[in-house]
Amino acid sequence: MSTSKFTRRGVLKTGAVAGAGLALPTIFTSRANAYVNEPTGDTVTLGFNVPQSGPYADEGADELRAFELAVEHLNGEGDGGMMNTFSMKNLKGNGILGKKVAFVTGDTQTKSDAARASAKSMIEKDGAVMISGGSSSGVAVAVQGLCQEAGVIFMAGLTHSNDTTGKDKKANGFRHFFDAYMSGAALAPVLANEYGKERRAYHLTADYTWGWTQQESIQASTEALGWETVENVLTPLAATDFSSYIAPVLNSGADVLVLNHYGGNMVNSLTNAVQFGLRDKQVNGKNFEIVVPLYSELMAKGAGENIKGILGSCNWQWSLQDEGTKAFVKSFGTKYGFPPSQAAHTCYVQTLLYADAVERAGTFEPCAVVAALEGDGSSLDGIDSASNSGLVFDGLGNGKTLYRAADHQCFKDVLVTKGKENPTSEFDLLEVVEVTPVDQVWYEPDHPMFAGGDLGTCNNGV
Amino acid sequence: MDAILLQILNGLDKGSAYALIALGLTLIFGTLGVVNFAHGALFMIGAFCAVTIQRLLNLSHEVIDETQTDFLGNPLKVKVPYLQDWFGESMGSALQDWSVPLAILFAIPVMLVVGYVMERGLIKHFYKRPHADQILVTFGLAIVLQEIVKFYYGANPIQTPAPEALSGVAQVLPGVVYPVWRIVYFCFAAAIIAGVFAFLQFTTFGMVVRAGMADRETVGLLGIDIDKRFTFMFGLAAAVAGLAGVMYGPINAPNYHMGMDFLVLSFVVVVVGGMGSLPGAVLAGFLLGILESFASTTWATTTLPGINQIIIYLVAIIILLTRPRGLMGRKGVMED
Repeated sequence: MSTSKFTRRGVLKTGAVAGAGLALPTIFTSRANAYVNEPTGDTVTLGFNVPQSGPYADEGADELRAFELAVEHLNGEGDGGMMNTFSMKNLKGNGILGKKVAFVTGDTQTKSDAARASAKSMIEKDGAVMISGGSSSGVAVAVQGLCQEAGVIFMAGLTHSNDTTGKDKKANGFRHFFDAYMSGAALAPVLANEYGKERRAYHLTADYTWGWTQQESIQASTEALGWETVENVLTPLAATDFSSYIAPVLNSGADVLVLNHYGGNMVNSLTNAVQFGLRDKQVNGKNFEIVVPLYSELMAKGAGENIKGILGSCNWQWSLQDEGTKAFVKSFGTKYGFPPSQAAHTCYVQTLLYADAVERAGTFEPCAVVAALEGDGSSLDGIDSASNSGLVFDGLGNGKTLYRAADHQCFKDVLVTKGKENPTSEFDLLEVVEVTPVDQVWYEPDHPMFAGGDLGTCNNGV
Repeated sequence: MDAILLQILNGLDKGSAYALIALGLTLIFGTLGVVNFAHGALFMIGAFCAVTIQRLLNLSHEVIDETQTDFLGNPLKVKVPYLQDWFGESMGSALQDWSVPLAILFAIPVMLVVGYVMERGLIKHFYKRPHADQILVTFGLAIVLQEIVKFYYGANPIQTPAPEALSGVAQVLPGVVYPVWRIVYFCFAAAIIAGVFAFLQFTTFGMVVRAGMADRETVGLLGIDIDKRFTFMFGLAAAVAGLAGVMYGPINAPNYHMGMDFLVLSFVVVVVGGMGSLPGAVLAGFLLGILESFASTTWATTTLPGINQIIIYLVAIIILLTRPRGLMGRKGVMED
């Protein structure tokens, strides 16, 4: 009598498991198309992955407004915004490559796993050819990695960690926003001018990738100018009351407190520092000072009166007077009734830059778009470096800007800003005290703070 | 020595918030046997009572100032508060300045009503259900409340500053200064805690409630409507959490997530203090607040990196291993 180990149920089970295994990672397997999510109809879909819940939800909401505005302008609706001032003249208001632009949104919740899940869904289910968005470097690094594996383009929104285009850089990922090194390089000379070269700084630092690289950058820049670093204390991201961290500052001999905090953390730590009278204190014969290296308008709003007179850095500010900024502020302000934040600006710009690259490439194929974004080898004036090569553009609000081919990081002037002492309106919270020229924030791709990692090669996902 | 004193004061402040929230949690657990995961949301609603009052006191009408322009280049619209129109500039400004203390008057009835509606509308249906069901439904409620607040007030923190007269620092010892409002917060918390204990200890209502906590059925057999009194206690617990939130606003700007930030820690406080024990909740609140404060010092974080993030849970493990009922827990509670 012959026996068989195959049973009907066993075969069905095996088949189901094998089928599920083959079907599950569809974004990583080849399709009939030449590349992942090749648009075949009249529309092309972009994926906007922003924090719609969690502590950065307001920032995410502003990013989403900017994305919607960019899509409107690309489709020929509204006043065209910065498309009119953009030095590249490839965008005609007829979508991208003649295809109407559609978009889907995801909620990152400011958590890496949630952000990856929503990006994966947008790529796999909605057919997004490009993912953009941000508000946390941890999220940006995670989603950039996913986009690299999936074979779509990632145009990072707000992310400030050196790692995003440093050790975690990816060929399919691009960052328009400035980074922590640039913050330090722009801010330190202003700090030395305002507060002197003999200062003792105490750092409180958010305990994750952005905080670490921010602190490292500011410490290096200020120490190069003569400042001494007394202490660096890491604080939990979930902390809400920083008084226990502020109290030791009082007896540390430090005369400057550097808050490497962002969002709600910064609002609370700055409020606590002001409550403890640090701004009225004198140490080592000098007025005690507080520095917040990275600012945003939304944070300034949250911090209220406490932000007055405090120095920090910004990627962009709505009160700049260049034509691109004026066009964007008019467009955004007319539609929404208030000026855009720097998070909104960088997301809007990234969308136009992606669309322009596709137009120049003549295809949505990711590797062709990567090549278009890496440019034709043009360079910025006044910087003598072999890595000064990539795509140079203008008219998007920060003056002449280089998308550097070597690491996909943008180089442009960096703003040093100060909390305004006498704001004229609820939007008038920050004033630009210095526009630091790009050559002063320049660094080489192999700079120790960006070393490690590999840009790798672009991935079409097939 | 100064640094130690400062950390003790910080710990008392943190402990005040923990103790007030844990006190309310324990009141609800002790009377109704409900594990209320929406209690942090009540703390948050209290803080937003202060935000609401601040906004009401700042209600303004717009006056166009032709001499200035707004961000789009149009004539600037300047906001003039109604209070300054009605009461003059100095009186109007003073009322705006005292928005947080004034919010207490608003928060008490609001929180009593919120507590009453929450208990009658939802919680009472879960009295006889397992604790897991209670946790799920109250946690869900907390998320709903949180999202409602986010929808109306946004996700950004909103500053609710202390009155000018109670801002700044006070000299507590020669050379040692401490923020005035934090001292006020601690005193306020102490007064609330003393008030709740006095209410339970020295009033007939409190005596009946305590009797009901000990033996609900017997009190019911005496013809007393103990359910009604327990419902009031739920409202009282909500009011305690709400007042803790109102007064906490000037320390850290209210945001929709603040209840969740406190909730888990407050539950640890309750468990360490002993489920159902009011003195235990207060004692554990202050104890853990002070320990957390010392664990955040530069010396502690350099000697034992990460100790600031785990100290509360570490202490909770040690206490529960050595005293499974917590510091002052009663026999039988959570043991059935």
